[in-house]
Amino acid sequence: MSTATLHETAHHEEHGGEHHEHHDTFITKYVFSQDHKTIAKQFLVTGIIWAIIGGFFSVIFRLQLGNPTATYPWLEDLLGHWAKGGKLQPEFYYALVTMHGTILVFFVLTAGLSGTFANFLIPLQIGARDMASPMLNMLSYWFFFLASIVMMSSLFVQTGPASGGWTIYPPLSALGDASSGSKIGMDLWLVSMALFVVSSLLGGLNYITTILNLRTKGMSMTRMPLTIWSLFFTAVLGVLSFPVLLSGAILLLFDRNLGTSFFLSDIVVAGKILPNEGGSAILFQHLFWFLGHPEVYIILLPAMGMSSEILSVNSRKPIFGYMAMVGSLFAITILAFLVWAHHMFVTGLNPFLGSVFVLLTLLIAVPSAIKVFNWLTTLWKGNIRFTPGMLFAIGFVSLFISGGLTGIFLGNSALDIHLHDTYFVIAHFHIVMGVASFFGMFAGVYHWYPKMFGRYLNNTLAYIHFWVTIVGAYLIFWPMHYEGLAGMPRRYYDFSNWESFKNFGGLNEFISIIALIVFAVQILFVINFFYSIWKGRKVTTLNPWEANTLEWTTPIRPGHGNWPGDIPEVHRWPYDYAKDGKDFIPQDVPVGADESKH
Amino acid sequence: MKEFYVIAIVVMIFVVIFQIAKASEYVSVLKGEEKSRKQNNRINGFLLILFLIFGLYGAWYCNELYYSKTLFPQGSASVEGEKIDLMLYITIGVTGLVFVITQVLLFWFAFKYQEKDNRKAFYFPHNTKLELLWTTVPAIFLTVLVVFGLKNWFVMTGDAPKDAVVVEITGHQFAWDMRYPGKDGKLGKKSYKLYNQPLGNTLAVDFEDPESWDDLHTTEMHLPVNRPVKLVINAMDVIHDVGLSHFRMKMDAVPGIPTTMWFTPQYTTEQMKKRTNNPNFVYEISCDQMCGKGHFSMRGVIVVESEADYNKWLATQKPEYFTLYPNKDPEKQVPVTDTTAVGTAPIAQLMPKNP
Repeated sequence: MSTATLHETAHHEEHGGEHHEHHDTFITKYVFSQDHKTIAKQFLVTGIIWAIIGGFFSVIFRLQLGNPTATYPWLEDLLGHWAKGGKLQPEFYYALVTMHGTILVFFVLTAGLSGTFANFLIPLQIGARDMASPMLNMLSYWFFFLASIVMMSSLFVQTGPASGGWTIYPPLSALGDASSGSKIGMDLWLVSMALFVVSSLLGGLNYITTILNLRTKGMSMTRMPLTIWSLFFTAVLGVLSFPVLLSGAILLLFDRNLGTSFFLSDIVVAGKILPNEGGSAILFQHLFWFLGHPEVYIILLPAMGMSSEILSVNSRKPIFGYMAMVGSLFAITILAFLVWAHHMFVTGLNPFLGSVFVLLTLLIAVPSAIKVFNWLTTLWKGNIRFTPGMLFAIGFVSLFISGGLTGIFLGNSALDIHLHDTYFVIAHFHIVMGVASFFGMFAGVYHWYPKMFGRYLNNTLAYIHFWVTIVGAYLIFWPMHYEGLAGMPRRYYDFSNWESFKNFGGLNEFISIIALIVFAVQILFVINFFYSIWKGRKVTTLNPWEANTLEWTTPIRPGHGNWPGDIPEVHRWPYDYAKDGKDFIPQDVPVGADESKH
Repeated sequence: MKEFYVIAIVVMIFVVIFQIAKASEYVSVLKGEEKSRKQNNRINGFLLILFLIFGLYGAWYCNELYYSKTLFPQGSASVEGEKIDLMLYITIGVTGLVFVITQVLLFWFAFKYQEKDNRKAFYFPHNTKLELLWTTVPAIFLTVLVVFGLKNWFVMTGDAPKDAVVVEITGHQFAWDMRYPGKDGKLGKKSYKLYNQPLGNTLAVDFEDPESWDDLHTTEMHLPVNRPVKLVINAMDVIHDVGLSHFRMKMDAVPGIPTTMWFTPQYTTEQMKKRTNNPNFVYEISCDQMCGKGHFSMRGVIVVESEADYNKWLATQKPEYFTLYPNKDPEKQVPVTDTTAVGTAPIAQLMPKNP
């Protein structure tokens, strides 16, 4: 689609108000839409649905952890033989744990986060009418949709969904005899993930191409908002690392179905001696974590970028150290590829290799520290407005600090020996990558909701959502560090038979109750989200947050093509807040003759 | 019916909260949006500082509650683990300091610089000196931690002392099996293809190898105190992990790729009962790598005892070769002088043919 036709469409829309051109049917406008804004909303809504499912799974398995002896008859009504007698069966417990991880890491915090905000913000903030290839962009969503369908269907097969953990280590995931979740459920998992990788690649290539080629006049790379920089690096990470997961998944499918031995050797399972020889189970872990670690940053970088933007806007102050922020994003991106084996310190890894990974892992703490101090300095001497988006951005920084610091424990291999695969790890990654990224995502949703739907979310509900979530997140995950220091292993269905781990029963129950409350409040957010699309307070000004970036120069409800007239020209960086006594100077305002340089 | 009431109550609560939220939106419109925005700002600024204070108090309180339940007050049960504990304390010290400073600054700045009518934000886009400061200071701290950590890492992953007791531990769904080398101090060969459940050769030991004849097969691990022990770690089916949290040790058990780890127990089980004031104390082996539906129940037990008790225990154990082939047991039979010739023939029949 050429720029000219887009321009035409947009122009018509402006004059015709809510009327659309005759070829804009419901199907092309809302279903197979090529408008990046609609695709972004499709990603967001699908992500929200997945988040509810994934979150609900965690509530169910927390019931088991919180009170291992209790029975819940309604659970049997819901899950049938998976909860015989109202008690969750171990196999299904593991299936829930696995699906919780898979769903939240990939479907919510990868597709739901970058899919939404890369699609929504890239064209709007760099001044483009749409993505470089709207068609591929549409396919990206529909491949994600297909992946979702396949993953969803695996929940309903008789032997249950994959249950070997979201890291699907073979041989457990390769052998149907080793676990019932490794039967058809695992094949569906792998096929779904292959489709997911296709979706992610189509999206990522598009984001990179768009950012490099379609910036408006005057939008040099160093004038891009930090959101765009972070989404750019996220896309680079995804494009370079997801193919490795794809290859791992395909090799695993071969091992499962075609009798190859890439990951299998010397195995006796269920009394049967397998013929496979010469493969290495550890090879899979290398392939998996070569994606798996960058994946952590694929999840985290967009949250960092959006928080940077939101912190600056609501502090009414430029982001501190813009170039250092870009540089640290770049450093994190490079290092993200060089640290994967820190997940494998106890696999019998060569100790020298291990030491290299220790060094590179702890090196990541340096750019992370720069970012934290720069965020703090951004707040310093600001004039801060606590919009819901801003609160979530502040919460993000707090959680990033808390979770990031425990990474220093786990990245140091000798300490990792004790802490590996314990609740300490659960606490660490849930805080730093799970909850923190969710906070980044919430910040983004609250901040850009007016641009997405032309309405505001209800503020009171937003504040309740923020306060319960941050308090709850800390109450859930902070004490888990202590369980980890006591050596309590991850992925245990029941601790009551263990002399060493059984004295945390009360704490586990407490955590489960808080988890239930936090989940309920997320439902409140979802209600607020959908209610406000139709009934929220209407946005009446073009620029409700008084921000500098280009998306606020579009109409309140921009049509396909974003700007009814010409695309604005950019004359300055996006962070001219409080400059020369002016509260804010948008990017499209020409530089005055007497203006000071930054 | 109970479920119905619970659902009804939850829905009611949602409706009430939602109505309050809607009402407050109307109120704010009536009051004037600017005014209500400023009021919200004040409330949230106050809550942020409250959150900081209660958060820090909560962190302290949590430590009061649970520190005693971690493994650190009782000390490391292995000599090597003490270095890990020291490292942990140092890391907690450093990161704890950074944690408190940054969190205090974050919430204090947010509270202090909240929007005021007479305040103007300070245009402060960058400052090279500051940025260099917080690049180099963390880098220096991290270098220290890395050097300290790697020193321990190389000791722990290095070769075990020559006089170490060797024990083989094998994981399978969902239990642990030990093998002791017997009097010759050498473990007999193994090949997974020799696995033979009807016979009882579940560890797939090659009984054609004379070194295997005196090997002991046990389900409990006994270790002498104050002597280094080297574990040779195997898995039959999927990846398991030998987790010894009291000794601060952990190593994966991977099928086809044997791994090792070594440590020196410094307290007997009896001593630990006194140290922990827990008469039921027991050293446990936990499986720390997801291995299937029984993962959570894959428990093993280690008994650390004095050298004398350990030798006594060893003496009561019967070599697996004799349990599987009772006719080879010298206690039940007239000893045969030419052991090799007698050993091979009947076993060969029981073994699966080589493919």
